[in-house]
Amino acid sequence: MADKKQGVVGAFLDGAAGLAGSYAATMTHLFRKPVTEQYPEYKRPLPARTRGRIVLTRSPDGKERCVACYLCSGACPVNCISMQSEVGPDGRRQAAWFRINFARCIYCGLCEEACPTLALQLTPEFAFCKDDIADFVYEKEQLLVEHGGKHPDYDFYAHAGVAAGGPKGSHIGEDDPVDVKSILP
Amino acid sequence: MTPLGALFYLLAAVLLGAAVLAATRRNPVHAVCCAVAVFLSAGGLMAVLGAPLPGVLMAVVYAGAIMVLFLFIIMLLGLTAGDGPLPTGRLVVPATLAAATLVALFALIGADPTGARLLPAAMAAPAAVGRVLFDTYWLAVEAVSILLFAALAAALLLGRGRSGGRAQPTGGPAA
Amino acid sequence: MDMLLGVVVMLVKMAVVLGVALGLAAYMILLERKLLGRFQVRYGPNRVGYFGLLQPLADGLKMLLKEDIIPDGVDRRIFLVAPAVVAGTALAAFAVVPFGDGLTLFGHRVPQVVVDSNVGLLLVLALSSLAVYGLALGAWTSDNKYSLLGGIRGAAQMISYELALGLSLVPVVMHARSLSLSDIVAAQAGLPFALLEPVAFVIFIIGSLAETKRVPFDLPEAENELQAGFHTEYSGMRFALFFVGEYVNMVLLGAVTAIFFLGGWHGPFLPPIVWLALKVLAVPVFLIWTRASLPRLRYDQLMALGWKVLIPLALLNILVTGALLAAGV
Repeated sequence: MADKKQGVVGAFLDGAAGLAGSYAATMTHLFRKPVTEQYPEYKRPLPARTRGRIVLTRSPDGKERCVACYLCSGACPVNCISMQSEVGPDGRRQAAWFRINFARCIYCGLCEEACPTLALQLTPEFAFCKDDIADFVYEKEQLLVEHGGKHPDYDFYAHAGVAAGGPKGSHIGEDDPVDVKSILP
Repeated sequence: MTPLGALFYLLAAVLLGAAVLAATRRNPVHAVCCAVAVFLSAGGLMAVLGAPLPGVLMAVVYAGAIMVLFLFIIMLLGLTAGDGPLPTGRLVVPATLAAATLVALFALIGADPTGARLLPAAMAAPAAVGRVLFDTYWLAVEAVSILLFAALAAALLLGRGRSGGRAQPTGGPAA
Repeated sequence: MDMLLGVVVMLVKMAVVLGVALGLAAYMILLERKLLGRFQVRYGPNRVGYFGLLQPLADGLKMLLKEDIIPDGVDRRIFLVAPAVVAGTALAAFAVVPFGDGLTLFGHRVPQVVVDSNVGLLLVLALSSLAVYGLALGAWTSDNKYSLLGGIRGAAQMISYELALGLSLVPVVMHARSLSLSDIVAAQAGLPFALLEPVAFVIFIIGSLAETKRVPFDLPEAENELQAGFHTEYSGMRFALFFVGEYVNMVLLGAVTAIFFLGGWHGPFLPPIVWLALKVLAVPVFLIWTRASLPRLRYDQLMALGWKVLIPLALLNILVTGALLAAGV
């Protein structure tokens, strides 16, 4: 079009056709059903791996998975996770207190990747608002949930760690303990 | 005093005040604003005197177009306000000229025996003004328009000569 | 007694015209947002009240409660007055717009117009040309380069398109043989001037699009280059005045287009006031449709369209109309 010579009439008709085309396009849009999803009435189902609010999950036997290893805290780029570890009555490590400041959290999910026991998980829940910014500091009691999250069947202490309530070597797939006093291989 | 008379004196006072302010402001934009007030009150005066057409034309042409051009130039060049008090020496020549014109005007009115007589209130309809302008004085109107056209052509010629040829269009075929 | 009655009638008429103009402008904002939404395959505002009908009230309340920020370095007096100039000139122009043939109330003939001036058409033009001061002064005094650029563009654009706008109205005056808006409507009892003078009609619509600074001529406030152009620094109620001024201008444009070209309140079957309302609303709807459809012009395209196309075309149109009228067609 640009290189071809066209007269005034041709240019005029060309422009008029262009204008008419865009007006027609918007006019057809006017009679189309809007594609908007009305949010509070309709909430789009989010994938299970959406990165929203952080929870601490439990093993299938109902015990806490978190072993207070500080890896999530170390991985967190904004330092919003803090905790204190202790040894519980059954000899297992656990968090004396565990705190996440959601006013700081950027929902990057690095803590979830760092967690060796699959205890710390991000959930699809994203809309939680507070009037007071101090209310965003969640303590362990608020973080703990009564289920296993995305991995309901996984139980860390069934595979590794302190074998509470059973003899050594009772973990799944674990060899019997080596008798160091024996000379047999 | 009739309400129209009161309006006349009010507008005249506004006009004079705005004119003094326009001449004495150091900030060019303030001066333009005062000049707009002068033209608007002059238009109002004409309307009060029974000639709404020139009054509205005053607003359209002077206040609405010419002063906008002044403002446009001030904004384009980024003129800022001058410092210190007004240089009074600069005002001497225009003030003398204006005073002389005023004296001459009053002298002419005084010399003319019809000048002192009060004219009856007139109502100049737009059609009547047009008839006078384009029937009775058509030659003068055409002469003035040719003069303006010559000025326009001269300005165009000067502008072209300075910039050295026609500027290249920047855009594609639509430009 | 008669004078007192006249003053009362005048005040009532002013109140009615102001109320109707401001109410229409407020709902024009809602209409624009709704229509633009549908043109873009989404819903417009639909949360405040049924169908979003209370949205203008909510917006107004929000604007009233916002802080009125006056930046450092502005010229205070001009900064405070500029938005009022934009809104004031748009509202003042409604004074000469007639809304009907006139009513007979209690044996008195009451014309349905605030001032039936015999230079009404020129008054509308004068007020629209004064509106540029609000824009240019507000832009200059904001002490912001984006605002200044917007103001310069706005001043140049409005001066350029005022010429085309004024010239496109000359054939209307030639047909109506009057500058009074009531007479112009009366002259269109048979055929509206839009059919008689299609070229002038098109030039008028394009020129008034540019005068109201709407897409595709919204260079003074081009969002993606100049933030908000001349009203970047304004907030709260002063911004609202600019905003309302723009929509009052849209309604005014609808009214004057209806009166100059669409035959005013003349029309078959329906009552006159309904016809006028329909015509007054049709123009803003077309403007909104245009906003949804067309991209913004480049600055050189804007100037080329105004000076090289519209003004010569308008002059030619005047010549042809004059020749036809002189020939007695």
